[in-house]
Amino acid sequence: MGSSAAMSDTATAGGLLLVMALIVPASGILLQLMLGGPFINRVAFGVLAGGLAVTVATFAVIWQSGQLLAYVVGGWPPPLGIALRADGISAAMMLTTAIVICATALFARKDFAPPRDAPEARGPFVFWPLLFGVWCGLNAVFVSGDLFTLYVALELLTFAAVPLVCLKGGKATLQAALRYLMFALLGSMLYLLGTAMLYGTYGTLDIALLSKQARPVPVAWIAAALMTVGLLAKTALFPLHLWLPPAHAGAPPAGSAVLSALVVKGSFFLIVRLWFDALPALRDPAAAQLLAGLGSAAILFGSVLALRQQRLKLLVAYSTVAQIGYLFFLFPLVTVAAEPWSGFAWTGGWLQLFSHAFAKAAMFMAAGLIAEALGHDRIADLKGAGRALPLTFVTFGLAGLSLMGIPPSGGFTAKWLLLLASVMEGQWWWAVVMLVGGLLAGGYVFMVLGKAFSVGYGAPKLVTTVARSREMVALALALCAVFLGFVPLQPAEFLQVGRPDVAGVAR
Amino acid sequence: MNVITVYGVCATALVGLGLYGLIVNPQPLRKILSLNLLGTGVFLLFGVIARRGAAAGLGGDPVPQAMVITAIVVAFSATALAVALLLRLFEESGSATLDAVDADPAGSEGG
Repeated sequence: MGSSAAMSDTATAGGLLLVMALIVPASGILLQLMLGGPFINRVAFGVLAGGLAVTVATFAVIWQSGQLLAYVVGGWPPPLGIALRADGISAAMMLTTAIVICATALFARKDFAPPRDAPEARGPFVFWPLLFGVWCGLNAVFVSGDLFTLYVALELLTFAAVPLVCLKGGKATLQAALRYLMFALLGSMLYLLGTAMLYGTYGTLDIALLSKQARPVPVAWIAAALMTVGLLAKTALFPLHLWLPPAHAGAPPAGSAVLSALVVKGSFFLIVRLWFDALPALRDPAAAQLLAGLGSAAILFGSVLALRQQRLKLLVAYSTVAQIGYLFFLFPLVTVAAEPWSGFAWTGGWLQLFSHAFAKAAMFMAAGLIAEALGHDRIADLKGAGRALPLTFVTFGLAGLSLMGIPPSGGFTAKWLLLLASVMEGQWWWAVVMLVGGLLAGGYVFMVLGKAFSVGYGAPKLVTTVARSREMVALALALCAVFLGFVPLQPAEFLQVGRPDVAGVAR
Repeated sequence: MNVITVYGVCATALVGLGLYGLIVNPQPLRKILSLNLLGTGVFLLFGVIARRGAAAGLGGDPVPQAMVITAIVVAFSATALAVALLLRLFEESGSATLDAVDADPAGSEGG
């Protein structure tokens, strides 16, 4: 079976942590469904603590050893069995996910508390298991070592994410959820079709084994193209973004935060796995330029549409469409030929992902609090609202720093690294797009802040007061995005742990 | 043309039909059915690959067979979720369309 030589085919010490990263959130779903009712909150927070501990332990092990963490399920090595693997980017994604999920749970604690006077209510009974379903699906995406397990992980993620959109019920959110599901299912079917073709050609779906065998032949090209398009539909890259704004804007704030910060990143992570790890021989400058070209279109189109929105939550959702575009600069800028700048681009791309996750979760929470306190989220009627909700608007502004790319913020570091790489590699056109995108982002963030803090208007009357603790959760996430700006402006070694040399990333 | 090729061509045709139906039909129910057609084509392709990889006296390579069972279960759950959402949408709005404006009530599908 050719499994004796490869280092990645054996379990490493601490590999069991990867299994725990899947079991803990999954057990959370089951416990909540069984115990449910009045204890659902307590069960949720107990499991959250366990999941956070496993994630931190995984991160620490990879940080200390500087090596890939692997586990072979049931002792059956690939290609017959399934391997779980976590490299530097997996660990960093798992940590980001755990932080955002925990913050979301704290934010949603009051909204989805079990009712006092009834044994059960629909909201909490649906929300908490779905939150853990998203967590379980994301962790599965980050640690799976073969393309079919990744398909199952992706579906788990979709099935948990779609109902989050329509928690409120109502026609508009149901339509948004249904449209999201249609795009997502088309994406999974195309991905599965590509998987079938790859198995038929190479007889394995294990990523490590595929990377050694795959050659740039027509069938591999077609499979890769099908899988990429399928995943782009799930990532909502322009022009497959149509489902995103109504879905992310229609969900309750806690749901929007998870969907926008994490769920779309799951399928992006898979595109990176596919192109950099599974099929490195297929990487082609023209395909990379096309992906980044779509990313550029997303940045310009999403930002301009964000500027034209009249409702705050839709503005934030269109900003997600734009910010996803930056991630795709990874593909043309990280190449073997472009040492040492490809290392800068690699770090910049991932930092953009992490800082956008924190900033966008904070921004959706802030937008949710604003809508709750004012009873509406019409941007035109926000005049003077900054005086009534100072902390929430400061959170919105701090998160906005990261989206615009103003220092100090993770978004600045990320965009600076990408900008540097694109100029030094002679692909200056991406730098132009990044600069224009930053200006447009500045436009829509200041449009909101300018209204909220405009002089000459008294503070509007609040429909209801929002808890200080929830404002603090959103602020903490925005500060996470700001603190990412203190990462040194150079390739981060941790993000290169366990990377194959072919990725063109300097060690 | 041997049997495997015939099945392969059938799988391709099903994928093509499903994709066409999904893009062309505006009604969600037809989109769900088209997705199932597309899925059937993919599953059949797995079968073709299993048969082609037959070795050691087996009727087919068991790995793609195992994968297709998982994939069928996943596709079944996806269809169930989609139909549940569609029914709920019909209960809420009285029509089962994805149009933002309900301009013509007579043209609605009726679920």
